[in-house]
Amino acid sequence: MALYSDKVMDHFTNPRNVGIIEDADGIGEVGNAVCGDIMKIYLKIDKESGIISDVKFKTFGCGSAIASSSMATEMIKGKPLSQALELTNKAVAEALDGLPAHKMHCSVLAEEAIRAAIKDYYDKNGIEYDRSKFPEPHEEEHGETEE
Amino acid sequence: MEKKIIYVDNAATTAMSDRAIAAMQPYFKGIYGNPSSLHTVGQTAKEALDGARRKIAACLNCEPGEVYFTSGGSEADNQCIRSAALQGAKKGKKHIISTAFEHHAVLHTLKKLEKEGFEVTYLDVHGNGLITAEEVKAAIRPDTALVTIMYANNEVGTIQPISQIGKVCREAGVVFHTDAVQAAGHIPVDVRADSIDMLSLSAHKFHGPKGVGALYCRKGLPLLTFIEGGAQEKGKRAGTENIPGIVGMAAALEEACGNMQENAERLTRMRDRLIDGLLKVPYSGLNGDREHRLPGNINISFEGAEGESLILYADALGICLSSGSACTTASLQPSHVLMSLGLPHEVAHCSLRITLGDTNTEEDVDYMLVHIPEVVKKVRDISSLWDDYVSGKIKHIYDK
Ligand SMILES: Cc1ncc(COP(=O)(O)O)c(C=O)c1O
Ligand SMILES: [Zn+2]
Repeated sequence: MALYSDKVMDHFTNPRNVGIIEDADGIGEVGNAVCGDIMKIYLKIDKESGIISDVKFKTFGCGSAIASSSMATEMIKGKPLSQALELTNKAVAEALDGLPAHKMHCSVLAEEAIRAAIKDYYDKNGIEYDRSKFPEPHEEEHGETEE
Repeated sequence: MEKKIIYVDNAATTAMSDRAIAAMQPYFKGIYGNPSSLHTVGQTAKEALDGARRKIAACLNCEPGEVYFTSGGSEADNQCIRSAALQGAKKGKKHIISTAFEHHAVLHTLKKLEKEGFEVTYLDVHGNGLITAEEVKAAIRPDTALVTIMYANNEVGTIQPISQIGKVCREAGVVFHTDAVQAAGHIPVDVRADSIDMLSLSAHKFHGPKGVGALYCRKGLPLLTFIEGGAQEKGKRAGTENIPGIVGMAAALEEACGNMQENAERLTRMRDRLIDGLLKVPYSGLNGDREHRLPGNINISFEGAEGESLILYADALGICLSSGSACTTASLQPSHVLMSLGLPHEVAHCSLRITLGDTNTEEDVDYMLVHIPEVVKKVRDISSLWDDYVSGKIKHIYDK
């Protein structure tokens, strides 16, 4: 497929870290059925070190959404929370050797889902954090369909 | 090993038929004249042009003089709709009736006309993808200039009651245009019996070449000049004619109409087998009426399985099909056709469209019946939305 890079197709065809974590320490879900992409990320966090010891995802969405989820989970697995919070959708897209311009919004969801999961972990454990670093996931604009 | 390819996206475009290719061959080099030239080489091309017009007229049951060649379905739609709108406006009639699920060649032309001061009534399509002649009748006003309703829908394959709608329009004295791009060559289209005033068709949907189409405009009905220039197409569409394309289109339509019943029966059998087989996948539903449906169209939603993912996994297995999901287009909106049937967003995103054509076989159907359910399962296994259905967090749309 010329639409996506080989890297995207690899992560789409063989997505890493698919699944759910029953006793997750943090869960983040972003997106909605209206725009067609929903991502749910489950984190297992080592409380001592603040390291993400395990991460799983489930995504309803297009090739770009699934590949972004897969790549993003790879990029934060085994990393400290502070580093996971720095992950941007641009970095995910770059790691995938790029995404088509109209597919960038799908990768934004991965970044937002990770943030939402970390926030959930902080909230559940009464950990203080800088609220300005956790903006509400943005609403997608809905343009008119073009063929 | 060469990858097996099963092309089942024939509503998007078709492979050319051997007969159409053979018919075109002489017109690239041997008979390359300009039909406007008076010498022998030009006049030979003119004969081919006239012959093509006669063939197309015969397939539509109109006169050759009522057929105009265009660059395709989109241009034909634009020219027909603009013509009728302009004629109406001259008499102070600036109201148009259409449906919410037309092709964009129609919808975007209408949107433009709205900006230019026309009022358009978009009839709501029923959940089964049909409208009724009574609904058209009820919407007709004294200032209605045009009714434009597609013969058959490109996504869900539903066939409208065109002859009844034509009758209603004729009785009310309103011009009736139909986009027959998906119908021509596949189901009987008779402009006289159906009381059609204007019609659009496109060669590449019935195994003809791309970039060529035709419109029918009933004799006596004014047609707007769409491209200014020379006197081709009675001055309504300037430009040296695409002779190879036009000849190929005529050959393809003649062939399609000649084999129509046989083809339709074969495709309908395969279609029904696919519909019955794929609906065995849990929580799936057919989009569009089952009876009033193009012979080759299957459009099914699978709860929780997003359309683009389905397409890509199917493609990896050599199955080329399409979807109405948003992520297959540049916008975030799912197909306006599926939305017009009243499907919730999350189901509209989860559709697959299979459109069978002459090249498909029963073996292709067997292959799809094995692999498409696997593809759906694979996508659902990754899907958070599917988890929500399974856990009961959201309610299933389809039973079972
Ligand atoms: C219903 C309908 N109308 C119009 C068109 C446009 O035809 P063309 O591609 O020849 O411009 C298409 C196909 O894309 C179609 O399916
Ligand atoms: Zn997407």
